[in-house]
Amino acid sequence: MIHLEYFLIVSAIMMAAGIFGFLTRRSTLAILLSIELMLNATDLNFAVFNRLLFPDGNEGFFFALFSIAISAAESAIAIAIMINIYRHIKDISVEKLQQMKW
Amino acid sequence: MDYQYTLLIILLPLLSFLIIGLGERWLSHKVAGLIGTTSLGITAILSAYTAISYFTADRVEGIYQTLVPYNFNWLPFHDMGLHFDMGIMLDPISVMMLVIITSVSLMVHIYSFGYMHGERGFQRFYAFLSLFTMSMLGLVVATNLFQMYMFWELVGVCSYLLIGFYYTEKAAIAASKKAFIVTRFADLAFLIGILVFGYYTQSFAFDFTQSAVYLNGAAPAVTVEYSKTLAGAAFILPTALFLMFIGGAGKSAMFPLHIWLPDAMEGPTPVSALIHAATMVVAGVIQVARLFPLWVEYAPETLHIVAWIGAATAFYAAAVACVQSDIKRVLAFSTISQIAFMIVALGVCMPGHEHGVIDNHASLGYMASLFHLFTHAMFKATLFLGAGCIIHAVHSNEMSHMGGLRKYMPITHITFLIATLAIAGIPPFSGFFSKDEILAAAFHYSPIMGWVMTGIAAMTAFYMFRVYYGIFWGKENEHYKEHTPHEQPLVMTLPLIFLTLFTFVGGWAIPGSFGSLISATGEAYHIHLDPQIAITSVVIAVCAIALATWMYARPTQPVADRLQKNFSSLHTWAYHRFYIDEVYQFVTHRIIFAYVSRPIAWFDRHCVDGFFDFLAWGANRLGYSIRGLQSGSVQRYAFVFFLGTLLLLILMIL
Repeated sequence: MIHLEYFLIVSAIMMAAGIFGFLTRRSTLAILLSIELMLNATDLNFAVFNRLLFPDGNEGFFFALFSIAISAAESAIAIAIMINIYRHIKDISVEKLQQMKW
Repeated sequence: MDYQYTLLIILLPLLSFLIIGLGERWLSHKVAGLIGTTSLGITAILSAYTAISYFTADRVEGIYQTLVPYNFNWLPFHDMGLHFDMGIMLDPISVMMLVIITSVSLMVHIYSFGYMHGERGFQRFYAFLSLFTMSMLGLVVATNLFQMYMFWELVGVCSYLLIGFYYTEKAAIAASKKAFIVTRFADLAFLIGILVFGYYTQSFAFDFTQSAVYLNGAAPAVTVEYSKTLAGAAFILPTALFLMFIGGAGKSAMFPLHIWLPDAMEGPTPVSALIHAATMVVAGVIQVARLFPLWVEYAPETLHIVAWIGAATAFYAAAVACVQSDIKRVLAFSTISQIAFMIVALGVCMPGHEHGVIDNHASLGYMASLFHLFTHAMFKATLFLGAGCIIHAVHSNEMSHMGGLRKYMPITHITFLIATLAIAGIPPFSGFFSKDEILAAAFHYSPIMGWVMTGIAAMTAFYMFRVYYGIFWGKENEHYKEHTPHEQPLVMTLPLIFLTLFTFVGGWAIPGSFGSLISATGEAYHIHLDPQIAITSVVIAVCAIALATWMYARPTQPVADRLQKNFSSLHTWAYHRFYIDEVYQFVTHRIIFAYVSRPIAWFDRHCVDGFFDFLAWGANRLGYSIRGLQSGSVQRYAFVFFLGTLLLLILMIL
């Protein structure tokens, strides 16, 4: 039996890595990956809390499933946008994406 | 008798102004002119009908009743009991003015068909004429001071628009601005006078005795006992009345506020006839006449000051008119002089002793003034329209370009001569009768005033005949060979003939004489000519005419030239209108602009503007310095958001 704390440590590391990546990366693809990482950290928490603290319920699992589905959809849209951007400016770095600002 | 239709008298010209003014682009010249003339024709008929039915109605206690067919509370001040009303008041003065204004205006409308033929802005001209007629009618039928003031200002605006009708000419623009600004300053005094008056008496109404008859429920919300509040305000009334007179002096071109009127001749000549001779400039006279009961009862001394102002103006204008060479300017100065006669006539009135404060004998001048107003409107309109015909024929205002025109323009010549005889005071033309009454009133006040006014009347005869001879007699101008002047079309001469008819009969043809219709008390006053005064004034006028004939009727004018040479400085002074305009120029530019306006402008530009500029600059700088926060980089926003979340978390844990 793995202790709850180990799961939480893993998910905290994933979350921190996700935030760090989101704030520091310049490539939109990397930012997307970071977002996925954060989402997965949350999913892990949902699953772990359900499994270890409330074994009789299913809500945590369902929430995790929902979250995965939504993140999949979100990734599809994000990647589509990125491909379009790439076709226009041959780059997907956020620093180059300034023309929409004003 | 009900006078419901009197509202149409004001509404019809307004309607035609709106139609012509708004439809200017789509109406042809002829249609626009016809609309204006037709509506004014109906108005004139209605006015004449009003006058006939009003003056043939029965008198009540010997006087014509003051009727108010319309009156509504336009702007109430509930907590003060004051209210501004709008309405129509019919009394002898307003009924007489309705007839004068509409008939002269109708003649000008018809005349303008010929005079303004083919001019650019023909429709605009008729629109303004209608608006002007409406404002003037509204002014004379006003039930209270405030309504009078409103229409007074409208008249000022119309005058501005019409003087500046030829808005591409610099002189016309300057003249229109001058007229507007000078009268505006005078109107400020009028407004202050009205406010002082209203503050102390709690009312603005002209119905001082509260005896007017209100028809079909037009009665105002009476809140004050007028006679009591008037008596209570007796100490301030002279001041208030004099302030109002300053406004009237501005409109009626009394010295030293006359400077706008000669320049106003830049407008088209029919406008000069309508506005600057017959109707608008008498607004000041009407105002004094309206407030006459107050003047006589509470401020007789101030009224005499007004008389002397009028006398000074009459003399000044007559002196200037003697040397002007532009015929319209001569007529302009003669207008100033004649209006001043009316003011003098009002000013020499005195409170009576035998039959109450207002007495027909002591206040003879009141009747004389309004009588002269009536006759002057007719003969001065004739003179101006005649001058318009002449200007149209020779294409110049200068007397040196005229001479010997009597052969070319017989109708204009005859009408001009009759009007000139009328203004000179020769019987049986109308001017004689009214001027005689004025002189009688002046002699009654003081012999000095009487002789001064007689002298000025002689000057009037002299300068008018100088103009007459300069135009119609003397040497023919050599330009006539290339461009022969010809009589004007019927549309222009017909109004002349019509007005001349009035000039001819106006003095004696009114049934029961003018005094039976209008007098200070309202009771019939039988005019009787004082033979001594009448004979003196006629003899003096004939002498003046003879002098003018001797000096100016011949082809060459040796006497006049010699006089001009010998008194060259006097001539120059008079020719430049005694440099009053230059004095104004000096005072406004060198003193007021330099020492008052400029420091104020500096303060405005540097202190007031500077403060707001500083606020704007500060906001600008602040925005510039923090604009880095709004970088548009989502990652930076997210970082701040993250820090904020952390901070909140830490706070919650603590």
